[in-house]
Amino acid sequence: MGVGDPVGMANAHALASGLGGMRAAGDLVARMQMTRGMRLEQAKQYVAGKLGVNAIDLSDPLVMHDVRAELGLGRIPVQELTYPDQPGALEAKFHIAEVLDIPVNSVERFSERVGWGAQRPRTSRVAH
Amino acid sequence: MGDGALVEMTPSAIRADLEDGTQAAAKRSKLPPLGEDELAHLHDIFCSNARFSAVDIGDEVVLSFDGSGNADVGSRVEEMTVYQNHHGADLTELWNIDYSYKAIKTILSYESNLMKSCQLNLVAPCQYGAMPDLGRYSQPDGPVPNWSELMPLGKIAEARAAQEEAAEHATRDMLFVTDAMAEAGADGMDFDTAGAAGDGDFLATLRAVEEIRRRYPDMSIEVGMASEFVLGMHGELEYDGKRLAGMWPHDQAKVVAAAGATIFGPAVNVNTRRSVAWNVARAITIVKKCCDESTIPVHMNVGMGVGGVPMTPYPPIDAVSRVSRSLVDLTRMDGL
Repeated sequence: MGVGDPVGMANAHALASGLGGMRAAGDLVARMQMTRGMRLEQAKQYVAGKLGVNAIDLSDPLVMHDVRAELGLGRIPVQELTYPDQPGALEAKFHIAEVLDIPVNSVERFSERVGWGAQRPRTSRVAH
Repeated sequence: MGDGALVEMTPSAIRADLEDGTQAAAKRSKLPPLGEDELAHLHDIFCSNARFSAVDIGDEVVLSFDGSGNADVGSRVEEMTVYQNHHGADLTELWNIDYSYKAIKTILSYESNLMKSCQLNLVAPCQYGAMPDLGRYSQPDGPVPNWSELMPLGKIAEARAAQEEAAEHATRDMLFVTDAMAEAGADGMDFDTAGAAGDGDFLATLRAVEEIRRRYPDMSIEVGMASEFVLGMHGELEYDGKRLAGMWPHDQAKVVAAAGATIFGPAVNVNTRRSVAWNVARAITIVKKCCDESTIPVHMNVGMGVGGVPMTPYPPIDAVSRVSRSLVDLTRMDGL
């Protein structure tokens, strides 16, 4: 898109035509475009199907707040709606990868380095 | 206006500008002008006195915030969080003020560590972005003879050879940065303002994309263009059997997709002396075919001075919102 003056550019576009990012499901639809090259309608249908909602719900912050809470997909911290048991960023991305059935690079790199699904990296210089 | 100035126009003057804008684009690009229904819809949008305009509920698109942040809020990692939490970004982009892969290569350890921090702090996808920036490889800034100096001397073959050599350097640097960003957990790479130095710049980018796709099958690759058609600084370069010089967005999208990118960003420059309505009609005429035919998502460049958005650091929201809505309503593009 291109950004600059946050109100004139970022906010104006976000309010005029944006899916809302993490306050709804914009980041999830974006991931299907990015990882699978899906065009918009296909990406929306795919995400809606995986979340068990209708495509029109994907920009609804109330619906998506509950869905994201239920599936642990991460939510924007908002004073009274921030809970200590909600997942942190990387935890949420583990859930996103599972729910959308796509590889998320940071999740893959984390898993690889802690030894999940691969040989665990050596943590001692002493041979056993 | 295209420079951001507020002007008062009659409905008939707006209609005349819309017609003139689409005809100007059609004449230049050899693409069909907008139809009567499309012009009428744009007329409705631009004749409204409302301060803001927006797409219908359900018609929202993905916003990839290329170059997220202004280097004005704490650290760059914090800026990504601000864009995710406060600006509704669907996709954020880590970048450096020296927005060129050649420059990034020299500070890559810092940039890749920042990417790691971003990945630990963000839920929304975060890509890394910079320009291919072929001009930086020419003397005196780079290693290759300066083709802009060779051409006026009539040394066309030498100028072409210099661009081909520069393209090899540029591709290598883009791959070098990508390897580190992939290890740092980046969700994708953005090659922004591709073709800024002409067809050699675009070819270097396409070759990088092709290799990145081979190395990282699931990585997102966005290619955003510098202008509406590819300048023929070399003139004879081809990709996938197609001549790059003179390509318009619908053909650019095809070679970008063939190379393996997942998002294509067409760019149409703004005429600052014409109205926003004129510029939007012109931009839509140029990108509509691209949106209809592309096999990968199309995210139009709508920063300051492109896609119809006024060329000013502080774009008025009445203009930006009308541009945003007009592009989505008429082209059904996948994002901005």
